[in-house]
Amino acid sequence: MSGGVGSSEAEYNRVESVIGLEIHVQLRTSQKLFCADSTRFGDAPNTNVCPVCLGLPGALPTVNGEAVDLAILAALAFGCTIHEMSVFVRKNYFYPDLPKGYQISQFEQPLATSGQFTVELGGERREVRIRRIHMEEDAGKSLHDRVLGCTVVDLNRAGTPLIELVSEPDLRTAAEARAYLQQVKQVLEYLDVSDCNMEEGSLRVDANVSIRPQGSSELGTKTELKNMNSFSNVEKALTVEIQRQVVLTRSGKRVEHLTLLWDEGKGEVRPMRTKEESHDYRYFPEPDLPPLIVSVDQSEAIRAQLPELPKVRRARVQHEFELPAYDAEVLTSTRMLADYYEAVAERMDDPKQASNWVMGPVLALIKERSEELEGFPVAPEDLVGLIDLVRDGTISQTVGKDVLRKMLDRGVSAERVVADDGLAQIRDSAQLERWVDEVLTANLEEVIRFRSGEKRLQGYFMGQVMKASRGKADPGEVSRLLGRKLEN
Amino acid sequence: MTSDPTIFEIASRVRSAEVAPDHFVRESARRARAGDTGLNSLHAFLSVQEDTPDVLDGVLSGVPVAVKDNLCTRTLATSCGSRILAEYVSPFEATVVLKLLAAGGVVLGKTNMDEFAMGSSTENSAFGATRNPHDPTRVPGGSSGGSAAAVGAGIVRCALGSDTGGSVRQPASFCGVVGIKPTYGRVSRYGLVAFASSLDQVGTFGATVEEAALLLQIIAGQDPRDATSSNREVPDYLEEIDAGVEGLTVGVPAEYFTEALDPEVRQLCEEALDRLRKAGALIREVSLPHTQYAVPTYYILAPAEASSNLARYDGVRYGMRAPGTDSVAAVYEASRTQGFGGEIIRRIMLGTFALSAGYYEAYYGRAQKARALIARDFERVWEGGADVLFTPTSPTPAFPLGERTQDPVSMYLSDIYTVTANLAGIPGISVPIGSVGRLPVGGQFLAPRWEEARMLRAARGLEVLLGGEVPEVGWDSGREPSEGEGE
Repeated sequence: MSGGVGSSEAEYNRVESVIGLEIHVQLRTSQKLFCADSTRFGDAPNTNVCPVCLGLPGALPTVNGEAVDLAILAALAFGCTIHEMSVFVRKNYFYPDLPKGYQISQFEQPLATSGQFTVELGGERREVRIRRIHMEEDAGKSLHDRVLGCTVVDLNRAGTPLIELVSEPDLRTAAEARAYLQQVKQVLEYLDVSDCNMEEGSLRVDANVSIRPQGSSELGTKTELKNMNSFSNVEKALTVEIQRQVVLTRSGKRVEHLTLLWDEGKGEVRPMRTKEESHDYRYFPEPDLPPLIVSVDQSEAIRAQLPELPKVRRARVQHEFELPAYDAEVLTSTRMLADYYEAVAERMDDPKQASNWVMGPVLALIKERSEELEGFPVAPEDLVGLIDLVRDGTISQTVGKDVLRKMLDRGVSAERVVADDGLAQIRDSAQLERWVDEVLTANLEEVIRFRSGEKRLQGYFMGQVMKASRGKADPGEVSRLLGRKLEN
Repeated sequence: MTSDPTIFEIASRVRSAEVAPDHFVRESARRARAGDTGLNSLHAFLSVQEDTPDVLDGVLSGVPVAVKDNLCTRTLATSCGSRILAEYVSPFEATVVLKLLAAGGVVLGKTNMDEFAMGSSTENSAFGATRNPHDPTRVPGGSSGGSAAAVGAGIVRCALGSDTGGSVRQPASFCGVVGIKPTYGRVSRYGLVAFASSLDQVGTFGATVEEAALLLQIIAGQDPRDATSSNREVPDYLEEIDAGVEGLTVGVPAEYFTEALDPEVRQLCEEALDRLRKAGALIREVSLPHTQYAVPTYYILAPAEASSNLARYDGVRYGMRAPGTDSVAAVYEASRTQGFGGEIIRRIMLGTFALSAGYYEAYYGRAQKARALIARDFERVWEGGADVLFTPTSPTPAFPLGERTQDPVSMYLSDIYTVTANLAGIPGISVPIGSVGRLPVGGQFLAPRWEEARMLRAARGLEVLLGGEVPEVGWDSGREPSEGEGE
């Protein structure tokens, strides 16, 4: 720890943690970074491979321009400066899933530097500086559990394009780190540069963390945390590690510079074997690739393709459709959902009602079916058709939810479902009166109680009538009828 | 064997169907096998095949070509002269091989080489040394010694090699043939097994300048698979090759004519310069002041890149895996220790050291700066009016087998005049200028980047001027070493 000798234990009574994150993001390209193989996840092992990504003798890399464009798009979204010249380097180390014995990455001259990002958490804002965004290739996968007593290697992933997004140590709590990661992921999804699937490993995060007396500007000795494969694990691991550092320090011990692995099962961090971390990567410029040149024209053309980013869109949607802040936040949580909502709202005169439908039944159905909004078969105009039927009283709100489900199952319009299933509300007063009379006759005791003051029984009668009508009775009419008959 | 048909004649006779498409291939295969039998076998080839050309109306139709064993071929193993790749067969053809085949050429076989192209004598091959076709007690030079010997012995008229620090030009000089190292980026490296990627370039051998030039013509040009290959147009190298040397300004770098130079080689160089002068060339002394740093610079940069390029030979995916090892680290260690020869291990260690944290700036960093100074030396000379430079190719003629194997530095110094071209990325050619006894000696022309045509014109001019005085190109398999020679 830098202030080691002078800092008393008392100074650590009030500590703050200092956290920086390194986020690896697989870019959503169809082909690998240095060859034409597919990047598809989940294919049979070692099928998406060629001499280049297998590191066969004589094979040479060539840069996939699509990956460069996506990396630039991401770097621009985080406010980075794009360097007209960046340099690929070799990062040398031996590992069975690293076919060439080196990873092609960027080091001293990365694609982009000096960005910034605002994290919002519970109404507070934290400015986080982005140190750099560089490009590199992914390694293959070592599988330790597929063949008894052996480690086997799948090189399908070898050569998949990644960007590494490195923050300055500007985060102060585990919760902030989690929020940062979530909000970075949201931006990446908006940009559509990655599918950001943490379980499949297309988004991976390492953290650096140290502690210091609150208010100090010096940095303590940091540890590096790895193997956190979900947002909640990032927060848990950091919480555990910060606590470990605080306990160590308060007992007068020093924090050692270590690389730690998060053990989700045990809820603890454990040091990596020293052998695993004592790397001298012997970086040097990759002689097989000339420097990467990105002209100002190229990066400006890509800047023109930047979509509206989440925070801006949230503010606009909230303002433009006069929505509560909460609605705007939920509706703009993904670009796809925001697109869907806006398409619905633009076709109606009541954006709040559109919001209620999208945030309510639509999201519930998507969640229930574990589907993505992408490919949600009820088109915005069809949802508007459904909402119109509810608003004009043809069907009730409750029936409307069922109709939505049927629209999804059958792929037809709301009108069609209502017609096919005879779901239109019944407003024929003779019929409604018959149902009301039946219910009141069958519940004489309750009628007496109601008349003697138990007005809350109104809801009970209402429910019985709706039940008798199998949900088709127009609730407004029924209510009016009930009121009239019960007062008599 | 100067009476042997040139590759122009071979292709012409095959195109006109005057002979069977594989006529010359079979004859070369016969000579290759004859050369590789007996006590003092040449041992130029690691494999030989008799194939028929794919294309019967190409510029190289039916021409047998010897191919260095670090160029990937699908039909023959590509071992790079190493145990670690002894049985390795590539699933793809090197781009230069594809171009050769598309022109109607035939891969006659794969030629012996110093392991992974590290060496100057072809003694560092895991499969035994190649001998000099002019004297079986001497080395053919290296690392492309098998290809040079195959042409020098008259087995083939042309061959492919690779040149990282002189590995085409130095053996060409020792074997009495023509050897070209093109501008870096002129020829695709795809399928050339990497030694030092920023220095490696595929080169050609020919019995004559024109034949080496034709082969270069075929393999040159941009390759989408090699990001370091240039999109510059490839000129017609033969168009003005006979324009002569009159009016050409030939620079002679003083730093290349020092005590290290064998007096007889110096004399041959001076005679060659005399011929050039008499034919109307302007001979000018020039200075390349950073020449003394070339060999040390080379021996930092090349091993640094090699230490990384050779990391992939780890026994895990292909190539030799040492038996009986049960942990990953043990597989690496045993496979690499058993699979690599001593020179490889020496250079991997040198290169690993030069790139290590704490030493990088002092070694790799400074070597890169020295490299830039060496390249600038050449730029200044071209700006000063030199069209080409003329130098000896190597300080001595072919040295005896075994003489330098225990003294790596003396071995490294045989590339003292050739490494500068690789460091500067410029083209070079070695052309026979005479012999010391029966040992051929080559002279080297260097030219600015992309000026192969000018360099070829100068080399062809000198070849014509020297006429019949160049040593006879050919290896008489019946010629036994004189008393006291041989092992």
